Amino acid sequence: MERSIEAAAARPLKRPWMTENRRGQLTAYLFISPFFLLFAVFGLYPIIFTIYLSFFKWDALGPMTYVGMQNYKWVVEDPTFWISFGNTLLISAMGTVPQLIIALVLAVMLNSGLTRMKKGLRVLYFMPNITSIVAVTLVFSTFFGNHGMGNWLLNTLGFDDVAWNSGWWGVKIAIASMVIWRWTGYNAIIYLSGLQSIPTDLYEAARIDGASRSQQMAYITLPLLKPFILFTVLLSTIGSLQLFTEPYVFLGQSGTGSTRQEGITMVIYLYSEAFRNSFFGTAAATAVMLFLITILFSVVNMWVSNRLGGDTEGRG
Amino acid sequence: MVKASTRNRNADKPGFAASFFYHLVLIVGAAFSVFPFYWMFVISTRDKSGAFHVPPLLTPSDQFVANFKRALEQSDFFHALGNSAIVSISVTASVLFFCTLAGYAFAKYQFRFKTPLFFFVIGTLFVPQQLGVLPTYVIMAKLQWIDTYKALIVPAMVNAFGIFWMRQYISSAVHTELIEAGRIDGCGHFRIFWNIAVPVITPAMATLGIFTFLNTWNDFFWPLVVLKNSEHFTIQIALQQLFTVRDGLDYGMIMSATFMATLPLLVVFLLFSRWFITGLTSGAVKS
Repeated sequence: MERSIEAAAARPLKRPWMTENRRGQLTAYLFISPFFLLFAVFGLYPIIFTIYLSFFKWDALGPMTYVGMQNYKWVVEDPTFWISFGNTLLISAMGTVPQLIIALVLAVMLNSGLTRMKKGLRVLYFMPNITSIVAVTLVFSTFFGNHGMGNWLLNTLGFDDVAWNSGWWGVKIAIASMVIWRWTGYNAIIYLSGLQSIPTDLYEAARIDGASRSQQMAYITLPLLKPFILFTVLLSTIGSLQLFTEPYVFLGQSGTGSTRQEGITMVIYLYSEAFRNSFFGTAAATAVMLFLITILFSVVNMWVSNRLGGDTEGRG
Repeated sequence: MVKASTRNRNADKPGFAASFFYHLVLIVGAAFSVFPFYWMFVISTRDKSGAFHVPPLLTPSDQFVANFKRALEQSDFFHALGNSAIVSISVTASVLFFCTLAGYAFAKYQFRFKTPLFFFVIGTLFVPQQLGVLPTYVIMAKLQWIDTYKALIVPAMVNAFGIFWMRQYISSAVHTELIEAGRIDGCGHFRIFWNIAVPVITPAMATLGIFTFLNTWNDFFWPLVVLKNSEHFTIQIALQQLFTVRDGLDYGMIMSATFMATLPLLVVFLLFSRWFITGLTSGAVKS
């Protein structure tokens, strides 16, 4: 058990220790207060105000007029909102699923003890993650230009050109590939650290019992890796629901292109409602809905992974 | 993964074929990670149309200086780099100080409502930034902080992740006996923190500092919202602006600027990669 200052101070000593104790408490409050002050002003208040704002019509300058649920109604009836919703989910799935699977494969291979290059490879795999999203998007936009490397590769393989920066699927694939490139190595390294935390005697015992490598994978590795998988799934889901920079920069070439329907995401929708159209009310309603969707997805994620976890335990 | 493992179903140790296959996949993966960096460099040394040459150009040429000169004409590149440095350094210094202080209090002090307050801190991690962006913008407008660095620095001065991270580390790394010894010697609370706790926890501070710096440096959404005037742009906004030119994209110029903006981070990363990766992995293990 860890001992703390108060535990030491609370030992039956002379009376002055009591005031010392209070002093300690006040000091602690003082030490943690910057976070709470800042959060109150730039965290809590804005959240409450966003919810409040979502019931008003406001252009950020003039007076606010109460409109009830009208903002939500406007948003829900706006086809662009639903396009942004669908795009966000689709790009999330296209970016997250391959990313996590590739990361898992790489981590298992890195951990297999076959390679002595583990340290060096970890550094290389992590490099994409330190690059800014803007830089990633700019580099990838050369791959996905009309005569870029993407189409050259397709042509060499005998396929037709894909309109990466204007086609409905093209844009989504381009954006998803940027997400995959930037995050796969990050997740691989998290999985690798998870794999390294699994005690090797478990595998030895399994081998003695005659378990094959795929059985070891199914009954030891994956169940014990579950917390790490849960962590990465949750993080990448929340992250991809907030997708903004990649499509904004990628489609923003001609100034106003970022709201084009192939690539508009929910945060871009929110951004353009507020800062282009000055509809702060509907933007606030969008923010609230985005938040609710995020919570919903996190809960569903946890629920599904718990169910899956229960399954493997049942079979094992 | 399944393929590779079924292949050696009955083997105790994977054979030569599996070893070859593993290395092949791992090296191809690494090539995918590194190639865009190399490509960025190649294009930055080619002329305007280099990015769309058929077949793709894979070797550098000699146009880098010319390209980067055009980038300097189009943007206030070094000014933007300086702005990013000012903002990132201020945020990092402040986050290190306040998060360590709060993490220390949560790890080593007993006070009322400690546990609920700590859970509250953790809970704020799950609130997406975009939820509060409109009112925060309004606050900035009221404070007349729009288009200033204060709008970027002040809200980021302390964060929940940093507090969580420092608390975890301080709990195990700073021994309570040390603190008690300091108190018996008559040191004040802050002096104990500064002279006894901080020197022990510099590794955790290094990791937190690197991550904070990177995140601030790479941030795009909030600077885009609050910065209006090009002389205040951070490097990310300046790069994005280069990309919005209407009369044909000059990729040589854009890539030369992107390369110059990425190079410092890359150098820092390669020098300190140990801190990055241990920080990342132990953060994941603990949460």
